[in-house]
Amino acid sequence: MHWLVNRSVERFVRDTYGRETWVEVARLLDPDIGAFDAMQGFDASVTHHLMAVVAKILERPARAIEEDIGTYLVTHPHNAPVRRLLRFGGDSFEDFLHSLEDLPDRAHLALPGLDLPRLEVIACRGSVFTLAVTPTGPDSVGFGSAFMGLLRAMADDYGALVTLEHKGQDGARELIEVELLAQDHGEARAFALGAGAGQ
Amino acid sequence: MSAIFDTLCPMHARLGAHGHIVHAGPTLQRIHPEGDLRGRRFLELFEMRRPVTGQSMEALRAAAGLPLRLRLRQPPGLALKGVLVALGPDSAVGPEGGALVNLSFAIALPDAVRAFDLTRADFAATDLAVEMLYLIEAKTMTMEALHKANLRLQGGKTEAEAKAFTDTLTGLGNRRLLDRVTSRMIAGERDFALMSLDLDFFKAVNDSLGHAAGDHVLRAAAQAMLEETRSDDTVLRFGGDEFMLILAGMTRRAEVDEFARRLIARLEVPIVYEGETCRISASIGAVLSRDSDAPDIDAMMAKADAALYAAKQSGRGRHVLYDPKTPPVMHAKATQRRADTSPAGPPP
Repeated sequence: MHWLVNRSVERFVRDTYGRETWVEVARLLDPDIGAFDAMQGFDASVTHHLMAVVAKILERPARAIEEDIGTYLVTHPHNAPVRRLLRFGGDSFEDFLHSLEDLPDRAHLALPGLDLPRLEVIACRGSVFTLAVTPTGPDSVGFGSAFMGLLRAMADDYGALVTLEHKGQDGARELIEVELLAQDHGEARAFALGAGAGQ
Repeated sequence: MSAIFDTLCPMHARLGAHGHIVHAGPTLQRIHPEGDLRGRRFLELFEMRRPVTGQSMEALRAAAGLPLRLRLRQPPGLALKGVLVALGPDSAVGPEGGALVNLSFAIALPDAVRAFDLTRADFAATDLAVEMLYLIEAKTMTMEALHKANLRLQGGKTEAEAKAFTDTLTGLGNRRLLDRVTSRMIAGERDFALMSLDLDFFKAVNDSLGHAAGDHVLRAAAQAMLEETRSDDTVLRFGGDEFMLILAGMTRRAEVDEFARRLIARLEVPIVYEGETCRISASIGAVLSRDSDAPDIDAMMAKADAALYAAKQSGRGRHVLYDPKTPPVMHAKATQRRADTSPAGPPP
């Protein structure tokens, strides 16, 4: 698993629940693991172990925490660059949904070691989209809930009104149903192409 | 015709036979927001930097097919790349003697997007401009994450190094630091005095008042030694009640005598711990680097320890400076003592 994945879990716990909570988590982690801030990748099992410990300390189901991490990646000021990169996907939430197909390749351009699951809109009936999240290897299993949270936050970012439902597994892939109720429900957060890098 | 070019290359301009703009694509028009570009002379708006062909339309047409480097004459003076097609007699695009020029922001893209507040719609759907902006931001984000991780690792390394050279009880340097400091001084041919110091009566304090009192006395003694030495001197604790001092620039025997006397007197000042008065003293053996032609730290330590042993033999609270003319007996016990206390592995 790419080091930034574990690091993101750590940052999420620290930024959302405070440093003390992370200290509690770190205390329960396998001492052989060491720090997640050392640019060192780990086996996917380490991430599963980490998530299990976080769930235990926060006393919440792992899926709910993963969803919050997805939201955190878009909404927390520390992750402003991630939110901007996602907004490059398109000018509307619908464009963005379709651009998710390119996300693993785009992520690869930025971070060659980061393996994301394959994302595709496999069905589109009117305003109801079915997004399939398919692992491409052991490192990209179990991203469904995180993408739920990320989609919810991005819909908000675009000012769109959506309902999301995790439809469970279909073989290895997880299915998420997105109903787009209104494209311009609220005010979208500003996004200017030139507001990012190089300033 | 214009609509086709506006969609395919929104940064194009069609020029008439006299070099005036007949039509400008929508994005090219956006970068000149103050007015309609039609009717303006192309070379008055854009400076042709390469190839240098002159100011006439004939000269411009001579650059057909070549990579053009231009600069926007108005601020912020962006550099542009371009390519030009000279129009012939039966061109459907424009008049004979005219030209079609297509421009690109090339490497100045991020500046241009900011300066003119361009959006996705200002680029042709096939243009890689948005992908390039994406990559620039992704690269910046990645570099930032790596940079931060690097700083954290660097901080951890510095801390670990500091710990590796520190005696945790007193905060003084440890045995490892001795080699580092003295090897640097010897390499730099800087003279120094090496002092081996044992606290006297420390064991009595420890036995009668306990380890906490002993630790307090060690810290107080360390503090006293730091106060009596100068900033470029080094005070080390080798464990137990054994200390080593490196006194930079000390070459005169009288100076060493005076310093040792003063330090012993200072360490004899009673130390109060939880209402109990602890009295200790110190024995010192010293050696000067200038007494050897080629100072060697192991040999110097053996000599300092031999001098210390001689000091202890003559009573407590004494000091002896190693004299090469009348060397004290290099007692096996004295040299052995230090070897025992050298840490073998990493510090606790």
